[in-house]
Amino acid sequence: MSLLEVRELQTYFDTRRGVVKAVDGISFTLESGKGLGIVGESGSGKSQTAMSIIQLFQHNQRIAGGSIMFDGRQISDYTDSQLEAIRGNEISIIFQEPMSSLNPVFTVSKQLCEVLITHQNMSSEDAKAKAYEMLKAVKIDQPERVLKSYPHQLSGGMSQRVMIAMALSCNPKLLIADEPTTALDVIIQAEILKLMNELKEKLNTAILFITHDLGVVSKMVDNVVVMHGGKIVESAPVKVLFKSAKHPYTKRLIAAFLKTDIRRANEGETLDFFEAENDQYDFQQFRDRGVADDDFYQVSAGHMIACRLKKK
Amino acid sequence: MYRYIIKRVLWLFPILLGVTFIVFTILYLSPGDAASLILGEQATQESLEALRNQLGLNDPFLVQFFRYAGDVFLRFDLGRSYINNREVLGEILQRLPNTILLASLSITFAALAGIPLGVIAAKKPNTAVDNGVMALALFGVSMPTFWQSLILIIIFSLTLGWFPSGGFSNPNQWVLPVIALSTASIGNIARITRSSMIDVLDQDYIRTARSKGLSKKKVVNSHALRNALIPVVTVIGLQFGALMGGAVLTESVFSINGLGVLMVNSIRTRDIMVVQGSVLFVAFMFSIVNLIVDILYSFIDPRIRAQYK
Ligand SMILES: Nc1ncnc2c1ncn2[C@@H]1O[C@H](COP(=O)(O)OP(=O)(O)OP(=O)(O)O)[C@@H](O)[C@H]1O
Ligand SMILES: [Mg+2]
Repeated sequence: MSLLEVRELQTYFDTRRGVVKAVDGISFTLESGKGLGIVGESGSGKSQTAMSIIQLFQHNQRIAGGSIMFDGRQISDYTDSQLEAIRGNEISIIFQEPMSSLNPVFTVSKQLCEVLITHQNMSSEDAKAKAYEMLKAVKIDQPERVLKSYPHQLSGGMSQRVMIAMALSCNPKLLIADEPTTALDVIIQAEILKLMNELKEKLNTAILFITHDLGVVSKMVDNVVVMHGGKIVESAPVKVLFKSAKHPYTKRLIAAFLKTDIRRANEGETLDFFEAENDQYDFQQFRDRGVADDDFYQVSAGHMIACRLKKK
Repeated sequence: MYRYIIKRVLWLFPILLGVTFIVFTILYLSPGDAASLILGEQATQESLEALRNQLGLNDPFLVQFFRYAGDVFLRFDLGRSYINNREVLGEILQRLPNTILLASLSITFAALAGIPLGVIAAKKPNTAVDNGVMALALFGVSMPTFWQSLILIIIFSLTLGWFPSGGFSNPNQWVLPVIALSTASIGNIARITRSSMIDVLDQDYIRTARSKGLSKKKVVNSHALRNALIPVVTVIGLQFGALMGGAVLTESVFSINGLGVLMVNSIRTRDIMVVQGSVLFVAFMFSIVNLIVDILYSFIDPRIRAQYK
């Protein structure tokens, strides 16, 4: 049994101008202790996929279809209080903007202890001791001083370390990281990624790593899904994806990352990748090698590409 | 922090000196003669002139101003009334308890009602609940206080007989004026709480608080409210200051002997010393309230505290 199993997930926003399908029928699985990357351009639905897992929703947002199984439980059907018991406890999340993700009016200590007191029923003494330990685990110098600090007294890198400490303090089975290093400079970024990898190994935490930086994803995860327009266009083991991406959108993403001139000609125009995928590939050739389901063709073990428009 | 407070207290002097100058100038330029006020219509030219000399009213403007300012700031003496020769400060202090009690009760009630209303509205923005609360708030803000006071008296005092219609010596008499005086503040506080809260609920750290598995109640009442409080405290301070000197109508309608009534009466009788003294006193109270508000900021927000070093 997989740790996380997302099936045909749809997450919609009800807006004045109609329904926005931020996530439109995606499926993926994540094994415990492993890493899965979600990549795709801005607005492709990566963050909303992450938010859907713990239903960290806005007023007008809802799961419109599909299911999410976590650790054998269908958490997509959970009530608010059931979800609260899971958030920060079994599934934690860290965000892109560490500086604004901590509450400016509370000390680091209070914000760290809060999770422990909420989920582990710790006394405030024990929680403080554990918070100190966690800050040491994320390699913060002078944890004593940082505990007493307010967020505005911390740098971006330190704030993200505090966020990681907070996220991991209840020893979650799954850590969702939504572009955790995008706002940090390259050197700090590398340190944070290294730290996350170390802690992931040590605590055997699965990571759902969201990024649009393909360079980062190759260091962090085993498998990658590529999203575009709320849908998955390709999924593969990370090495396979870099070596033999099949989908035109993935190819362009990799090309853009490598900054080659491939497709320079196409830049500026919005390419309809779903059209393109049908023009460029005869998906029938994959049929013989085994069809995963109606929408995806399996190229090789674990490597799928979308071809849904072929049916129309 | 202490240095900051001391600095702020010292700043009170130039501010109040400025206020004194403005008030003094306006009253100096306004028509009316203290001597004829004291001696009456029938007084002779000679006796008027003699009294003017005695009171120093013939001295140059600046001499008169500095004499008054010296009395006020060095000896805390606001002078004597031209009408009844009573100490102005005594007159003020005698009425101060009523005014402070009325203002404090009203602002406390307004905060206790306004903040929760604003929070309730902010939790469900643009829903029926929100619209209902905001309509109520607008109603509270726009309803004239004196009209409301009369309605309250007619319903609860004359018709139902639940509360007396005037006086301010026992708690039973507090209810109607406090309600009348706080409705506008409730509306203002509810509106500012709502908008501040909606802003805060959209912040990244609220998302973090939710992602930690805290209950909705805890997220709103602890993480969000504390951050939303700065503009709310500002408004509460301003409203409190305004209630201090501006409860004239309520005081009149409910026959409460407070500062507002004193000021209006002294203006009517051209009792310049009392007008001057009470305006200055209200300005002083206003500055104190402002100082307290600024100190409160630093308790609410550590970033502000850091600036005060
Ligand atoms: N509050 C909202 N109301 C309506 N639509 C929204 C809202 N928030 C997001 N969306 C829609 O959801 C889509 C997916 O957004 P999402 O935040 O998941 O993108 P993303 O892939 O994380 O992009 P980025 O790399 O910029 O973070 C967006 O295209 C947007 O149209
Ligand atoms: Mg995002």
